[in-house]
Amino acid sequence: MSALVQVNNISKVYYRGSIEIPVLQNLSLEVPEGEFLALMGPSGSGKTTLLNLISGIDRPTSGSLVIAGTDIAKLSESQLAKWRSQNIGFIFQFYNLIPVLTAYENVELPLELTNLTKKEKKQRVEAMLNIVGLGDRMDHYPKQLSGGQQQRVAIARAVVTDPTLIIGDEPTGDLDRKSAEEILVLMDRLNKEFKKTIVMVTHDPHAAERAQTVLHLEKGELISGGK
Amino acid sequence: MIMKIPLSYNWRNLLARRLTTGLTVTGISLVVFVFAAVLMLAQGIEDTLVATGSEDNVILIREGSQSELMSSLTREQIDLVSTFPELARDNDNQPLLTADVVTMINLHKKQSGDMGNIAVRGISPGAFDLRPQVRLESGRWFKPGQLEVVIGNKIAEQFENTAVGDQIEIGSKKWEVVGILEAGKTGFASEIWGDADLVLSEFNRQNVFSSATFRLSDPAEFEIIKTKLETERRLQELDVKREQTYYKEQSQFMATFISALGLVITVIFSFGAMIGAMITMYAAVANRTVEIGTLRALGFRRRSILTAFLIESLVLSLIGAGIGLGLASFLQMVSFSTTNFGSFSELAFGFSLNPVIVLSTVVFSLVMGIFGGFLPAVRAARMDIVNSLRAGG
Repeated sequence: MSALVQVNNISKVYYRGSIEIPVLQNLSLEVPEGEFLALMGPSGSGKTTLLNLISGIDRPTSGSLVIAGTDIAKLSESQLAKWRSQNIGFIFQFYNLIPVLTAYENVELPLELTNLTKKEKKQRVEAMLNIVGLGDRMDHYPKQLSGGQQQRVAIARAVVTDPTLIIGDEPTGDLDRKSAEEILVLMDRLNKEFKKTIVMVTHDPHAAERAQTVLHLEKGELISGGK
Repeated sequence: MIMKIPLSYNWRNLLARRLTTGLTVTGISLVVFVFAAVLMLAQGIEDTLVATGSEDNVILIREGSQSELMSSLTREQIDLVSTFPELARDNDNQPLLTADVVTMINLHKKQSGDMGNIAVRGISPGAFDLRPQVRLESGRWFKPGQLEVVIGNKIAEQFENTAVGDQIEIGSKKWEVVGILEAGKTGFASEIWGDADLVLSEFNRQNVFSSATFRLSDPAEFEIIKTKLETERRLQELDVKREQTYYKEQSQFMATFISALGLVITVIFSFGAMIGAMITMYAAVANRTVEIGTLRALGFRRRSILTAFLIESLVLSLIGAGIGLGLASFLQMVSFSTTNFGSFSELAFGFSLNPVIVLSTVVFSLVMGIFGGFLPAVRAARMDIVNSLRAGG
């Protein structure tokens, strides 16, 4: 498989006042298309920072990040926003649904950035909510749904634009075991059935077992890989 | 396209924060109410005085006079004016012209007992044809050569001894009130009318009138008669104006004064409302930090976030404008009187609402919304995505 994500020698340094805090140091990584990759490591190891860089919501201090042929480190702010809307689907630990929008409207939200007609949007949103098993909860607001159901809405939102890459930041971190298992099954299905490339950060070894590849980070460096 | 985030997102967020939304809207609507009331008051004065004059009538006063009260015209000058062919004439071929004498008396207000200056207008018989808006409400018209007056209904409502059958002191004599006149929303409703010759005699004016007003046979001939009158040697020191223009000028000083004073007060109030809106919007931004980060991560640009928060602020200000204007519209039922600085006499007027005031008020409210919402919206738009998302964890 060709590499969908090419992380080349990237470093990320944060500054707290005049103090330099290096988080990632000369890290290189390739994620083939269709891969389900889990990033693991202790707190402060840089795994979330790496995820933020790959998803284009943060920028590296040095190095290049080529995703689906685009070096996103070179994109302007607005180009990057457009790129994210077309290429990245986010699944957050705390779901990050918009509380004042219904499940349907939350899933429809990323489609507002596309040129689809209202009818096409409707078809897509309904299809996605049916895939995640919430076809009968479309008009429910997030507070009317359980944690597991909210995360399934978030998954539907992540895939509704048919993105190149799905980013999961501790997607089961706020769920009980049963709900977490349902989410993992769903992500597994997205990967195998819908051929989606997934990069997921997790602390949970059980969640990591679902991934084809598990990489461990420590102090900003990759210390092991493979499964 | 800038506007990508659905409007339902803004609207529902406002509804979700009912208390702060309500308080902010209340503050804005109160300022809008005051703003609209000031404009309506100034407009009310202008409407009253403009309605007093007719577009077909021409008024002559002495050059440099601010009002009829300061003006003087001789009977000879008026007789000369009446010979011009541009004047409209009645069935008896008499020119439609009135030579008026305007003076001032003091009367006590019924409620407060305070003194008020009331204009007494001595009129010629032609005045009734020239001012068809003036009608008898009760009693009868005064008889020429008799010490009788009819009183404007706005004066009769508010001043003592002004009922039919009462006597009021004008100059050194008692004059009997024989009727109440009704003149709609015009300044004539705030005057006392009597016989011009008797008023002249009472005030020893010796054939010196205050103004002459006549109707044009063709309103389009105003410039012609103006030029003729101004070039006539014996009339050169007179100002020739359309009656409506004259009364509009009478309203300007007071309308401008009220507008200026009121607007200064309103602008001070508006700072309070803008700060209120700003606090509300800053709180909204702080409470929705994670949402903002999520929207940005999904691909919404900074300007979409800026627009979304500005729209919320504008919606607040529009609701405030609606409520404030709604409340202000009830003021149209209120009427009161005060001294018109233009004529130094009592003038009764009401609040007047028109489309220009509605538009000005809405724009004013939107400006409050923009100023109140802009800085919070900028803060929201400038938020770093990673830090915003971290705020939820």
